[in-house]
Amino acid sequence: MIKRIGYALAAPTIAAVVAILLSAVVLLINGSDPVVALQAVIEHGTQLETNIEALNRASALYLSAIAVAIGFRMSLFNIGVEGQYVLGAFMAAAVGAQISLPPVLHVLVIILTAMAVGAVWSGIAGVMKVTRNIHEVISTIMLNVIGVAGIVSYLLSRWKVEDANLDTKLADIPASGWMPSLNTWVELFTRDIKRVQLHGFVLVAVAVGIGYHLLINKTRLGFDLRATGANPLAAEASGVPPKRTIIVAMLLSGAVAGLVGLGQLLGVDHNYNLRFAQMLGFAGIAVALLGRNNAWGIAFAAYLFGWLERASGVLAIKGDAPREIVTIMIGVIILSAVIAFAVVERRRLADMVRQAAAATQEAPS
Amino acid sequence: MTTMVKEGTSKARLLIVLASMLVAVSAVQNFARFPTEDLTSSGTWSIAVAWSVPILMAALGGMFAERAGIVNIGLEGMMIIGTWVGAFYTLLAGPWVGIIAGGLAGVVAGAVMALATVTFKVDQIIAGVAINLMAPGLTRFLSDVHFSDRGGSITQSPTIVGVSRFSVPFLSGGNLFGWKSPDLLGAVERAHIIVLSDLAGVVRGLFWNMSWWTLALLLIVPFSVWLLWRTSFGLRLRSCGEHPDAADSLGVNVYLYKFYGVMISGLLAGLGGAFLAVELSGLYKEGQTQGKGFIGLATLIFGNWRPILTFFGALLFGFTETLRLRDPDAPHALLLLVVIALIYLAVRGAQKRNWVSLGVSALAAVVIGFAYFTSEGVPDQLPKITPHLTVLAVLMFGTRKLRPPAAEGIPWSKGEH
Amino acid sequence: MSETLAVELVGITKRFPGVIANQDVNLDVRDGEIHAICGENGAGKSTLMKILYGMQPADEGTMKVNGELVNFHSPKDAIARGVGMVHQHFMLADNLTVLENVILGAEPGHGAIDFAEARRHLDEVGEAYGLTIDPNDLVETLEVGERQRVEIIKVLFRGAKILILDEPTAVLVPQEVEELFRNMRELKAQGHTIIFIDHKLDEVLEIADRITVLRRGKTVATVEPSEVTTHDLAELMVGSELPSPETRESTVTDHVVLEVRGLTVDAADGSPRVRGVDLTVHRGEIVGIAGVEGNGQGELVEAILGIAPVSAGTLLLEGEDITKWSVRQRREAGFGYVPEDRHRRGMLLASPLWENTMLGQQSRVPFVKGGLWIDKKAARERSSMVVSDFDVRTPSIDVPAKALSGGNQQKLIIGREMSADIRVLIAAHPTRGIDVGAQAAVWESLRTARSQGLATLLISADLDELIGLSDRLLVMLRGAFTAELDPAEATPRILGGYMTGAVTESGQG
Repeated sequence: MIKRIGYALAAPTIAAVVAILLSAVVLLINGSDPVVALQAVIEHGTQLETNIEALNRASALYLSAIAVAIGFRMSLFNIGVEGQYVLGAFMAAAVGAQISLPPVLHVLVIILTAMAVGAVWSGIAGVMKVTRNIHEVISTIMLNVIGVAGIVSYLLSRWKVEDANLDTKLADIPASGWMPSLNTWVELFTRDIKRVQLHGFVLVAVAVGIGYHLLINKTRLGFDLRATGANPLAAEASGVPPKRTIIVAMLLSGAVAGLVGLGQLLGVDHNYNLRFAQMLGFAGIAVALLGRNNAWGIAFAAYLFGWLERASGVLAIKGDAPREIVTIMIGVIILSAVIAFAVVERRRLADMVRQAAAATQEAPS
Repeated sequence: MTTMVKEGTSKARLLIVLASMLVAVSAVQNFARFPTEDLTSSGTWSIAVAWSVPILMAALGGMFAERAGIVNIGLEGMMIIGTWVGAFYTLLAGPWVGIIAGGLAGVVAGAVMALATVTFKVDQIIAGVAINLMAPGLTRFLSDVHFSDRGGSITQSPTIVGVSRFSVPFLSGGNLFGWKSPDLLGAVERAHIIVLSDLAGVVRGLFWNMSWWTLALLLIVPFSVWLLWRTSFGLRLRSCGEHPDAADSLGVNVYLYKFYGVMISGLLAGLGGAFLAVELSGLYKEGQTQGKGFIGLATLIFGNWRPILTFFGALLFGFTETLRLRDPDAPHALLLLVVIALIYLAVRGAQKRNWVSLGVSALAAVVIGFAYFTSEGVPDQLPKITPHLTVLAVLMFGTRKLRPPAAEGIPWSKGEH
Repeated sequence: MSETLAVELVGITKRFPGVIANQDVNLDVRDGEIHAICGENGAGKSTLMKILYGMQPADEGTMKVNGELVNFHSPKDAIARGVGMVHQHFMLADNLTVLENVILGAEPGHGAIDFAEARRHLDEVGEAYGLTIDPNDLVETLEVGERQRVEIIKVLFRGAKILILDEPTAVLVPQEVEELFRNMRELKAQGHTIIFIDHKLDEVLEIADRITVLRRGKTVATVEPSEVTTHDLAELMVGSELPSPETRESTVTDHVVLEVRGLTVDAADGSPRVRGVDLTVHRGEIVGIAGVEGNGQGELVEAILGIAPVSAGTLLLEGEDITKWSVRQRREAGFGYVPEDRHRRGMLLASPLWENTMLGQQSRVPFVKGGLWIDKKAARERSSMVVSDFDVRTPSIDVPAKALSGGNQQKLIIGREMSADIRVLIAAHPTRGIDVGAQAAVWESLRTARSQGLATLLISADLDELIGLSDRLLVMLRGAFTAELDPAEATPRILGGYMTGAVTESGQG
C-alpha cells in the first residue's frame, strides 16, 4: 500500500523538483535572484483575486485537457483541440448574437452550437482516420490552421462589426445569453472580491469532469475506449468496433473542446473579438499529460498551470525576473513529468512482475 | 538491385506526372479568366524553391528519425528552436554561423528527444508533443532576455541579413568572373511559347537568384540517398527502423543508431528553421514556422520515406506557399487547376468504379468551378491555408502504396525478444 | 572426432527478476560435432544460448571458446570468436534485400559499402551452402525455408565455425526438416560445430552426436543417442511421466453448431487467402485444422470471428445466418476465442487481471448492469473464480496481466472464455509457448468443454496435439481444405505429407 502511494507520488515530485531547480538555474544565469522571485510569486499567488483568476484560467485549461484526454485514453492524439475550440466559440458567438431566446435557453443554444461545431471539426479528422488511415496528429494540425487562419479569419472579416474603438469583433450576444459571475457565492465564504469575476462556466467544467470520470471508469463505452487504447487488436477481437469507437471518441473530444472558450465568451466578453484567448488547446495537451488523463490529476494540473501563469504576472511588474520564466518552467515540468512517469511506470511493472514470479515460482514470459 | 529498379520505374512515372502537370499549368495560366504568368515564371519558382527548403528539411529530418524507428512529432518544436538560434547567432556572427548554430541547436533538441524516447522509452508522440510545447516557451523567454534590448521584442528579433545570392552562368545569366553570361533559359521564358516557355521558367527558377544556403541545403537530398543506401551507417540506421532485434542480434548498437537518427533529424529541422528565419524572413518572429514541421511530416508520407520523392513533395508545398506572396491573380487561376485535378480524379474514380470517389470529386469540381467563374479573386485567407488543404487532399486522395519503416513508432528495449 | 572442446561452459547462472533461468549449468561441446540441447519450454535453453552468443551477460560462471576464456559483451564479440546464432524467430528485415540482411553489421568497405565485394563473398558462401535465391530480392518475398537458409548464410558470412540453431525445426514440416538435417550434416563435414536446440526427441536422436538435457535451468545429463531412447530422454526432461493430449470416447452429436459454406477471404491487396471452404462443427466435437503456417488458417479464424471481411460465402450459427454480424454480435451469441498470439489479440497487458477477465465479454452479463454500466464487483468475482478454477498462479487479480508467465496468461484466457456462456470455441495454438504443466491444464479444459457440448475449432502447429485432441482433422493448404483425416489413423508424418502438398487425397505425389 505504502509502495503504491510512493509510486503514485514519485513522478510528480521528481517533475516538480526538476522544474524548480532548472528554473532557478535559468534565473541565476539571467542574473536574477531565484529566492526573491519565488517570494514575490508566492506573495502575489496567495491573494484571493489571483486565485479567482487562476480558477477561471484553470477551468478553460481543464476542459481543454479533458478533450485531449478523451482521445489519449484510446491512444488518439487530438492535437486539434486548438482549432476545435476557436472555431466552436466563434460560431457560437455568431449564432448567439443573431438569435434572441429566453435566458437559460439562449445560453444552452450557444453551448450546444459550440459543442456541435467542435465535434464536426474533430469528426473530420476521425473520418479521415477510419477511411484513409490518416494519422490524426497530421490531420488535426492541418485542420487547426484551416479553421483558425482560414475559416475564422475569413468569416470574421465578413461578419465583423466595428465599434467606437475600431476593434474587429462580432456583434454582442444579448444579455439573455450571458452567464452570471459566481462572485456573490464565493463572497459568502470569503471577503469581497475586487476587480475580477469568477466565471459561472466553472460549474460546467466541474460537471464535465464528473461526466468524464464516470464515462471512462464506469461505463461500457469507457471500457471499450480504454481497451482500444491499451491494445487495439485485442479490443477488436473482443468485439469493440474499431472505426465506430474512433469516430465516437473524436466526436466526444471535439464536443468538449467546443466548450473551452465559452467561459470567456459567456462570462466576460459577450462577443468574439481579436483578444479571444488562443493556444488553450495546446496548453490542454500539457495539462492532460501532467494529469495522466485522470479527472483529478487533470484538475490539479490545470490549477497548477493556471496559478503559475497568474501568479507569475507579478514578475513583470516588479521587474526582477522575466515572467516568461514560467513558460520554461511549464515546458520543463511537462518533459520531466513525461519521462518520470515512464520510468516510474516501468519500475512499478518490473516490481509487479517480480512479485508475481516470486508468488508462482515460474519464469515470466 | 531490385530496390533500384523500383526506384527507376517510379522515376519514370514521376516524370510523366510532372510533365502532365506542367501542360495543365501552362494551359491554365494562358486561358484563365485573368491570365497570369506567375504560375510558371522563374520569379515564382525561384521563391518556391527557397520556400520549399524548410519543409524539405523538416521532411528529411522526419525521414532520418523514422528510418531509425522513431516518429518525430517534435520537428515543429525543433524548427522553432532553429529559427531563434539561427536569428540570434546571425545577429552575433553572420548568416553562415547563424544557420549552422540553428542546426546544432536542433541537434541538442534531438538529443533530448532521443533521451526521452530511446533511453527512457517515453511514448514517441507524447515526447514530440512535449518538445513542441516547450520550444515556444523557451524562445519566448530567450527573446525577452536577448532581443528586447537589441531593437527586437518578446515576439521577434531585429531584422537580419542572409548570405549572398547567385545565378548559374549561361542557364540563367549568372556572372562568371565578373562577366555577365547570357541568360539562355530567361530568353526562352520571355519568348512566350506555350509549354516550352513555362518549362524554361520553372527550370530557370531552380538556377536563378539562389541563396548559397539554398544550394547547400538542397545538396542534402542526394547526400541522404548516398548515406542511407550506400553506406554501412545508412544500412544500420535503416535496419533499426525495420527490425531492431535483427540489428541487435548482429551486434549493431541499436540505441546509438536511434540516437543518431533523431539527432540528425534535429539537425535538419534546426537548419530548416534557421534558414526560414535568416534567409527567407530576415528576422525571427514568433509563430513563423506555421506548422512547417507537420507539413514536413506529411510531405515525408507523400514522398514514401524516400529523399527524392520527398523533394518533389516539398517543392509542391513551397509552390503553394509562394502563391501567397505573389500575384493575387495566381491563386485564382489555381482554382481552375484544382478543378482540372478533380475532374481527373473523377474520371479515375469512374474507371475504377469507385463511385464515392467519383461523386465527391465531381461535386467538388462543380463547386470550385462555380466559385471560379463567379468570383474575381480569392479571399486573402485562401493562399495562407493552401499548403494545409493540399496536405489533406494529398493524403485523402493519394493512392500510392506506401512503405513506412516496419518498426517505426514502437519503443524498443534490448533483450525483450 | 577430435577431443578439443569448441565450447566449454562452467557454472553458468542467470537470474531474472524473481526467477532463475540458468543455475550452475555446465556444457561441453566438442569440435566438429552436432550437439543437441533438449528441455521443456522454460527449461532455460534459449537463455543459455543467448549468453553464449553475447546477447545477455551471465551472472556467474565462465565460458571458453576453442579453449580460450571469453567474456562476451555483445553478439559482436561472439561473432569475432566465430560463434553465430540463428534465432527461433527469424531476425530478418522484410523491407531489406537478402544481401542487405546478410551483410548488416559486417559490411565490407569503410563507410561506403563495397557492394561488389559483398556480393562476391555472399556468392562464395551461398555456393558452399546451396543458396538459390537472388540476393537482391526483398526478404518479404521469401518462403519460410528460404528465410531459414538466409539466416544460416548470415552466420556463415561472418565466418562462424560454431553455429547455434534455436529450435530450427519448429517452423518446418517434416519434409523440410529432412532437408535441414542434410544441410547440417554437410556443414559438419565442412568442419563446423553445431549447437542445436530442439524438444522433438525423435529428431534429436536422429541428428545429434551428443545430447545435453536441461530441466528447470539446470543441466541434468549429457548422453549419446546410442545410449538412450526417446522415453529415457523424455523422463530426463520432465523428471516424471509425460502428459499426453489423448482424447477418446466420442462425444460428438449430430447437432450442427457452426456451419461455414463457400467461405472466401481476400487479403487487403485482393489476393485470395481462403478459397471457398466448407466446414461444419457439431456440438461436442473438436475439429482440428492442420497446415503450414500462412495457408489461410489465420484468415479463416478471423473471418469466422468477424474481424476479417468475408468476400463470399455464408456463416451459420445453429442455422442462423451470421455472415453480416459484427464481432460483438457474434461474441454475444456465444463465440469464444483463444487467439494465436495472446499478447496481440488476447490481452490488455498493462491492465489488471480482473479487467482482462471481462475482455470479449464486456457487453454481457455479469459484467454489465443497466445496459450501460460496468459491474465492477461482478467482474472481480468472476475473475477470482477463473483464477481459482483454472489454477492461474497470481498474487492477486489486481496485478497487470504482463506480470504473469505465459502459461498463466494462457490459463486466464482459456478460463475466461470457458467460464462465459459460449457455444463455439475457436482455439488457435492454445498451448504455444507455455510450459508442460499449463499445457496439460489447457488440454484438460478443452476436453471438459467438449464433453459438455462445446463445438470447438482447433488450429495448431503441434501435430501430436491435433491428433490427440481432435475428433476430425482437416488439412489446409493454399486457402483450401485438401484432406480430411481420421485422427485415429493419422500420424505427424502423414499429416506433414498433406500439409506440404507432397501427398494429395486423390493420388500420391
